[in-house]
Amino acid sequence: MRIVVCLKPVPDTAARIKVHKDGTRVDPEGVKFVLGPYDARTIAKAIELRGAAGGGNEVVAISAGAASGEAEAKKRIKDALALGADRGVFIADPTPENRDPLATAKALAAAIKGLDGFDLVFCGRQAVDDQALSVGPMLATLLGVPCVTDAVGMEVQGSTARVRRAAEGRTEVVEVQLPAVITGQRDLADEQYPKLKEILAAGKKPIADFKFDWPATPAYHVVSLSPPPEPIAGKIVGKGPEAVPELFKLLQSEAKVLTF
Amino acid sequence: MKILVIAEHRGGKFKKGALECIAQATRLGGEVVALVIGGPDAKAGAASLGKQGAARVLAATADWLERFNGDAYARIAADVVKAEKPDAVLLAATLDGKDVAPRLAAHLDVGYAPDCTKVEAEGGRLKLVRPLYAGKAYATVKLNSSPQLVSIRPNSYPLLEQEKGDAAVSDVALSISAADVRSKVVEVEAAKTEKADLSEAEIIVSGGRGLKGPENFPLLEEFAKEIGATVGASRAVVDAGWRPHGDQVGQTGKTVAPNLYFAIGISGAIQHLAGMSTSKVIVAVNKDADAPIFKVASYGIVGDLFEVVPKMTEEVRKLKKG
Repeated sequence: MRIVVCLKPVPDTAARIKVHKDGTRVDPEGVKFVLGPYDARTIAKAIELRGAAGGGNEVVAISAGAASGEAEAKKRIKDALALGADRGVFIADPTPENRDPLATAKALAAAIKGLDGFDLVFCGRQAVDDQALSVGPMLATLLGVPCVTDAVGMEVQGSTARVRRAAEGRTEVVEVQLPAVITGQRDLADEQYPKLKEILAAGKKPIADFKFDWPATPAYHVVSLSPPPEPIAGKIVGKGPEAVPELFKLLQSEAKVLTF
Repeated sequence: MKILVIAEHRGGKFKKGALECIAQATRLGGEVVALVIGGPDAKAGAASLGKQGAARVLAATADWLERFNGDAYARIAADVVKAEKPDAVLLAATLDGKDVAPRLAAHLDVGYAPDCTKVEAEGGRLKLVRPLYAGKAYATVKLNSSPQLVSIRPNSYPLLEQEKGDAAVSDVALSISAADVRSKVVEVEAAKTEKADLSEAEIIVSGGRGLKGPENFPLLEEFAKEIGATVGASRAVVDAGWRPHGDQVGQTGKTVAPNLYFAIGISGAIQHLAGMSTSKVIVAVNKDADAPIFKVASYGIVGDLFEVVPKMTEEVRKLKKG
């Protein structure tokens, strides 16, 4: 079984985000990049489903572009290799800022099509930076395979996967024919932490470069980026339970958000 | 501008986010067409989409479409878009909407702006605003494609003040059948509550570490039930296993924009603030007067939540009685 895991380096969610002085992108200066929390889970699941490596069973970690730069992206591929992935593929992107997710999906699809077949492709449900939740379903459509989003559990039997999808207000059990693209929620697997020996061994695993012709005029175009509006200064209504009647008076008459 | 709205529903009951999309499409001007995909019951209330301004409604229904299937829904929508040739396609940025829209973008090879909080017309095109990094930055976006595909965050726009009349409903011939779809929902477990989903809820009551343990969440649930809210949670309590991941509000969870957000015992870590700061009114209850949550809260009460929350439940009961 060949399993592909798509990765994206993302800013640590505790990071303060500053808009670059050119006003169209985030300033990467001083931002710590990490492996996305969802990506970490999909890698763990991919390793579990692969079982022992060899004999055609492998996990391939792929990353396309990334505003954090090539070195950072390759570090995140190494994270996946340390967790047990067998090899990496990196797709360089000369202009990764505000990259159109459809273009990213096209780049990943091109690299995956060059792999001599695949059974499963994993993406995190979202990248925690642009939160488009787009690349996984787009990639599946471009590859012409089915996709299940928001997977919180899955098992594979032969050429069928049974996936639990955390939909809103319900959980679905979806039977999907392989090959397929699955986007993972955090419940998909427990996060794993590599041992020192595995981190050292990851340095010897290959990372191939894949060349992709990025579209010159992407359909998705960021005109400007701005910091969020300043929060409206609030007020402390009071202390303890005595303040509750006043709070509700304000919610009713000032904020007008109650219907009773 | 001709706008097609893919109107999401559950068993024929239309999602509020879908109605908001139609209402905003109507405000943008031009012809508004709604598309309903689902089982035969989806058609029953479809004419009512006219009330928010849909001039006509297209119904793509079949027994096998009763359960949501992103693959099938996107393929059907793509065929309708090719036939109708709208300038823009709108849908609600719910989980199902966010599953369908990217596939539709790939089928049509068009630009897609997800989870927008502002959709305006400018020079015959759409000017879109979408929060990035869960609201730590706002991007103004344009799409150089036709149609322009946009999902709108629920609660971003109101419904029309003056409702219009019903719309005519016509059937769409399906170009695919169940056999063309390689994934199938074989089982659905309904959630235990009948409350609105987090992303669409008008009122959210979220609990944090201040609750001290999962055994204390019924305190919040009781208040939420009384005020008609959906319960959310901070990352700390989800990571601790007190609440399921689906309840998490924040940058690594759900981004929400309710009319009223209660942060109870939540200190306000930046990644939580990122997920809820677009709420219209924020109420914080925390015993620490210096907690960062008070910097974004519209109203705050400094105090012990175990005393304040029961009092809030009691107050709502009292006010509801009149």
